[in-house]
Amino acid sequence: MFETSELNIKNQRVQRLFKILFLLMTMLLIAPVLLILGTLIVKGGSVISIDFLFTSPTDGMTAGGIFPALLGTVWLVAVALLISVPLGIAAAIYLSEYAGENWFTRIINLAIINLAGVPSIVHALFGVGAFVLFFKFGTSILAASLTLAIMTLPVVIVATRESLQAVPFAFREACWNMGATRWQTIRRVVLPNAVSGILTGVILEVSRTAGETAPIMFTGAVFFTPFLPQGIFDQTMAMSLHLFVVSTQVPGVPENLPYGVALVLIAMVLIMNSLSIAFRIYLRGKKKW
Amino acid sequence: MVASIQGAAIPPAAQTEQAPVKLEVRDLTIRYGNQPALSNVSLDIREHEIFGIIGPANAGKTSFLKTVNRMNTFNANMHVDGEILFNGLDVRHLKNVYALRSRIGVVFPLPVGLPMTVYDNVALAPRLSGIKDKADLDIIVERCLGRAALWDEVKDRLDSLGSLLSGGQQQRLTIARALSQEPEVLMLDEFSIAVDPVTTMRIEDVLKELKEEMTIILVTNLVQQARRLAGRTAFFLNGECVEIGETEDLFTGEIKDRRTRDYVEGRFG
Amino acid sequence: MSGQPMTKTADMAAFDRRNADWYIDKLVQVLVFIGGISAIIFVVGIFAFVTKEGFGFILDRFDFQEFFTSPYWYPADEDAPEYGILALIAGTASVTGLAMLVAIPFSLGTAVYIAEFASGKTRETLKVLVELLAAIPSVVWGFIGLSIMNPLIIELFDVPVGLNVLNAGIILGLMAAPIMTSIAEDALKAVPDRYREAAEAMGATRWQVIYKTVLPAAKNGLLGAVLLGVGRGFGETMAVLMATGHSINMPGSVFDSVRALTATIAAELGETAVGSDHYQVLFTIGIFLFLITFVINLTADLIVRGIRKG
Repeated sequence: MFETSELNIKNQRVQRLFKILFLLMTMLLIAPVLLILGTLIVKGGSVISIDFLFTSPTDGMTAGGIFPALLGTVWLVAVALLISVPLGIAAAIYLSEYAGENWFTRIINLAIINLAGVPSIVHALFGVGAFVLFFKFGTSILAASLTLAIMTLPVVIVATRESLQAVPFAFREACWNMGATRWQTIRRVVLPNAVSGILTGVILEVSRTAGETAPIMFTGAVFFTPFLPQGIFDQTMAMSLHLFVVSTQVPGVPENLPYGVALVLIAMVLIMNSLSIAFRIYLRGKKKW
Repeated sequence: MVASIQGAAIPPAAQTEQAPVKLEVRDLTIRYGNQPALSNVSLDIREHEIFGIIGPANAGKTSFLKTVNRMNTFNANMHVDGEILFNGLDVRHLKNVYALRSRIGVVFPLPVGLPMTVYDNVALAPRLSGIKDKADLDIIVERCLGRAALWDEVKDRLDSLGSLLSGGQQQRLTIARALSQEPEVLMLDEFSIAVDPVTTMRIEDVLKELKEEMTIILVTNLVQQARRLAGRTAFFLNGECVEIGETEDLFTGEIKDRRTRDYVEGRFG
Repeated sequence: MSGQPMTKTADMAAFDRRNADWYIDKLVQVLVFIGGISAIIFVVGIFAFVTKEGFGFILDRFDFQEFFTSPYWYPADEDAPEYGILALIAGTASVTGLAMLVAIPFSLGTAVYIAEFASGKTRETLKVLVELLAAIPSVVWGFIGLSIMNPLIIELFDVPVGLNVLNAGIILGLMAAPIMTSIAEDALKAVPDRYREAAEAMGATRWQVIYKTVLPAAKNGLLGAVLLGVGRGFGETMAVLMATGHSINMPGSVFDSVRALTATIAAELGETAVGSDHYQVLFTIGIFLFLITFVINLTADLIVRGIRKG
């Protein structure tokens, strides 16, 4: 019925051209992930063994394993989560269930955005000034984890708030109408239906926390210590800092060793991240209303 | 309307044969910001009656219900003036608003099955008020589902999700939930809007029985539904209470306002 | 649970008591409120503590002109220390600038592709991959700059050192791209479908719709995305520490090694004595960084919020 005009054909061609261009850009953006992973696996894979994971570094960190760093990261992440998860969930509950839309919540939101946007090294300076010196925790797991917790707090808050708000308002209203208090409503109806979303956010936070380096450099993580951490007032090695140390600070490290450290670190982070994503996709398929 | 004696619910001499007043509304005015939703409404609702409120959309019916059980607390924009006395106590000055709500059951137009099992839906409020014993809860659940005419349909799948029942079943589940605390007043807001006619008839039968146990406020946009159920009915229009009286009078007897007849006879609304 | 109440008023008065549940509710409200204001407390705390540590320098030694206009950074010199951060600002700016040159087209292109062209499984997969890109820790990016990009740049461009503006710029671009992509995608998604339908009904092709209708409508969100990317770039620490070469230079070309503000703090803080001038000046740089990122984030938030309201 319509004739395909000259202009139309040209437009179609432009359209296809741009589609391909954008696809190409997307591919170029994503290709590095695969390239990086590939390189790390090829070069670092040979280093990794049970021994590598579960022994201490030897010969001035040019040989041996990464166990103290691995254990240190677990400590740092665990203590940071103990602090940030309750605080973050509380903040999200306040914002989503108790606070109205007013200037005060706007300021809180702004603070959350800034907390996420302040450079990690400034968080480190804060950690030194506040936790190491002022509160006299010294360079310790506690000081480092507090710094990490504050830095990653926005991740928990945002994820929790989103999953709380995904619970329909009508459910709350139905509960209130029966005489339930706000807290009873939150505990019996809102939280049970938001808990998996919150968990997704927490896993994401684990991944973020495990990879951070700058905030722990001067607050609790050290280049090398022959001791494994025994408590929250000990210093510790950490995976992220260890990668920095073996790739820049120690002479005579075998070429593949840092690749092995990097591979373990990125595997920890990406496994956590993939878990979080998989969990999210699984939840989307499982609707309860 | 009847002038009431201060603070108490003693009916005037002319009405001694009638039940005591359950809910006493005096000069109730509701605004959303500057937008009035209800102005200067005064009425009495007595024990064991079905009190109908009819009127077209935006008449202020839902706002009225929300004010009675203080759900207006959740809307900062909503301003309320006047008195609502529940058992003689002003609901605006209660110390524990949750206790009030547990004595007033509400059913809103859209059915809400909570995303938990049918059993838990009904047992939720009793559990919150401290009943832990399984046997007691079993009795409450069966009785409430039974009274809401839902027991026969769900008794074999009490552990299926309440939010996945059909619309009509969810509405009856909502009613069962509202009954689970033995409320003194049951308020229904256009409950039949999302429900099929058969279920509507069943719920109407249920309401006639429940009248013996509690006071029922039936907000409806179906004039005939009010006629079938309500002993007395008020006609709300654009935030004004145009008429209050015996329901039959609205249809057959003397009415004060022409608008009432026009509405009842279906000329608008 | 007794059915029939007795004398109403008395019964009601007995009922209208604040019970345990009422007090628990109030207690929880207070607790979550503390959680809510903690974010404000932390932001104020960050500013307060960083300022506290750097304050002595600002009072005694701070020379506005020297600090911002001198390229000479010799804080450790015992006789005549110099505290000019111009070269560091130039380092940060050049790396961030190049990063944006890389990240803006790629992340906007990717966002357009994901939001307007891709669908179903493809879209989901691409989004997951972008998210994984965002998950790579900055120290790993730094290591990649050091061990993969460095030899590559030496080889390709025949330069003596591969740790330079180019290296760090590309790395930083890749790091900033995911967040820019996802915010830009949100902005595109926020454009109502009726705009697209209206344009398509008039016979416009998909690209014409995007170019003439969607992009202009999403322009504020896209600007916000770019700003947040700049903020990310400004604040990044480990990657720029490892990939820039970390030598003080006013960059003349992309092959010059530079040093960033953040990296300077990370590299030097460990070697300073608490309370010394050098220690304090590093905190002063921290205040500067805090204020800049604060302004950037605030602006980005105002812009993005602006579109949501409009």
